[in-house]
Amino acid sequence: MEVILKQTCLHAAHLALGARMSPFAGFDMPIQYSGIIDEHNAVRHAAGMFDVSHMGEIFVKGPDADKFVNHVFTGDVTPLGEGGILYGMLLYPDGGTVDDLLVYREFDGAGFLLVVNAANIDKDWQWLCDNAGGFDVELRNASDEWGQIALQGPLAEDYAVELLGSEEIREIAFYTFMDLEAEDGSRVILSRTGYTGEDGFEIYASHDIIQWMWQWLLDAGVKPCGLGCRDTLRFEAGLPLYGDELTAEISPVMAGLSMFCKLDKPEFIGKDAIAAQKAGGVARKLVGIELQDRAIPRAGYPVELEDGTPVGVVTTGYHSISLDKSLCFALVDSVHAALGTALFVRVRKNAFPGVVVKKRFYQTNYKK
Amino acid sequence: MSKIIEGLLYSESHEWVKLDGNVAIVGVTDFAQAEMGDITYVDFPAEEDEFKAGDEFGALESVKASSELYTPVSGRVIAINKDLEDAPEKINEDAFAAWIVKIEMSDKSELTNLLSAAAYSQIIN
Repeated sequence: MEVILKQTCLHAAHLALGARMSPFAGFDMPIQYSGIIDEHNAVRHAAGMFDVSHMGEIFVKGPDADKFVNHVFTGDVTPLGEGGILYGMLLYPDGGTVDDLLVYREFDGAGFLLVVNAANIDKDWQWLCDNAGGFDVELRNASDEWGQIALQGPLAEDYAVELLGSEEIREIAFYTFMDLEAEDGSRVILSRTGYTGEDGFEIYASHDIIQWMWQWLLDAGVKPCGLGCRDTLRFEAGLPLYGDELTAEISPVMAGLSMFCKLDKPEFIGKDAIAAQKAGGVARKLVGIELQDRAIPRAGYPVELEDGTPVGVVTTGYHSISLDKSLCFALVDSVHAALGTALFVRVRKNAFPGVVVKKRFYQTNYKK
Repeated sequence: MSKIIEGLLYSESHEWVKLDGNVAIVGVTDFAQAEMGDITYVDFPAEEDEFKAGDEFGALESVKASSELYTPVSGRVIAINKDLEDAPEKINEDAFAAWIVKIEMSDKSELTNLLSAAAYSQIIN
């Protein structure tokens, strides 16, 4: 069977830049342009931009929009004001994770925008439709209509001001968004969010406008960045990736993200399981491990005690570019998950000593 | 286009071999470094370790992935390139200058199993 990869609206631009392309979530996506280290450092010290047009956009409208989102989403949208954004999850009844996502409360009572992982668009859409019974809501999967650029880094705000010709956008607070109108009358969503640990924006617009913005930012000197450094950046910032740190088998409690599950809400799918996991504990927990050697832990490598007893597995690992340390996330037996615990990671033939540390390896630089 | 140097011998797993008497100087090819991207760590064997041709003797780590290194010839490691411990990026800068190990060969006839520059060029193109 031949797999036909989808292309984002910026695909031609990536090829023109000589990007190294690779399949990701069914799309032919840029992994790197100038190199992962160079791109990573641009985001940490100046500004970089990512094509994240593959992400999914699902709109929820109707009289029961609040009630429905609160039913499927772990966060509580009741106190969320218009223009506000929440991070949280969709869960299975057993507490396993369907997806992690951002929920945007639209202006003028127009419901919500759910931004979901590209790899999960079809699954999430089905899940939302399957669970909408009894709610007076209108769901729309608009993923193919929107392009998205993540503009990230300490200079992102200055570039965004120039790009959009508006000083006002400096006032957008972290985890809020603003609606703008492009010259052709189409809608632009400017969201102060990201996946790098730096200040920045995620800009949603039509394909035409996204193509124009990408070229403008490129000409202005913003470095194009691929999915390679998107992963090294989010990893250093302690942010999970669905498929690695959150899965149908890894609940938010296991991943250390239970603060995003609002148990004081009347109900949501998976609430009982999450409550039970929080009360009774979980068998395994996600931890950060810092190795004392340059050997690099990779996903799937075993985590052991000094005597070789297996106690877990690495989910993501790198030699951190910003911190110059070998670090990983690992899912380990909860009895060995306390900060300061000595654990070993087997890298090929040798077990290298490490210690459990906080997952947020890098001091993030969010604004406000 | 990846660089290939005439006069060296090559393995299908993208190592190069330069002969110095009975010693094989081993590195990875320009093609291999370009495929891997930024190299951040070299996992060396110990000096005096003995390997048979085709054995895994170490690994290169790039930001994204690790790639095993295979010895093209049998023998004993007599030197490792310690410069690469602190500067693994030298492999990206010039893969044919940044040798990784020197192996004292136990069976020089194995060299006939390796590829010429022309034959290696066929593999990567």
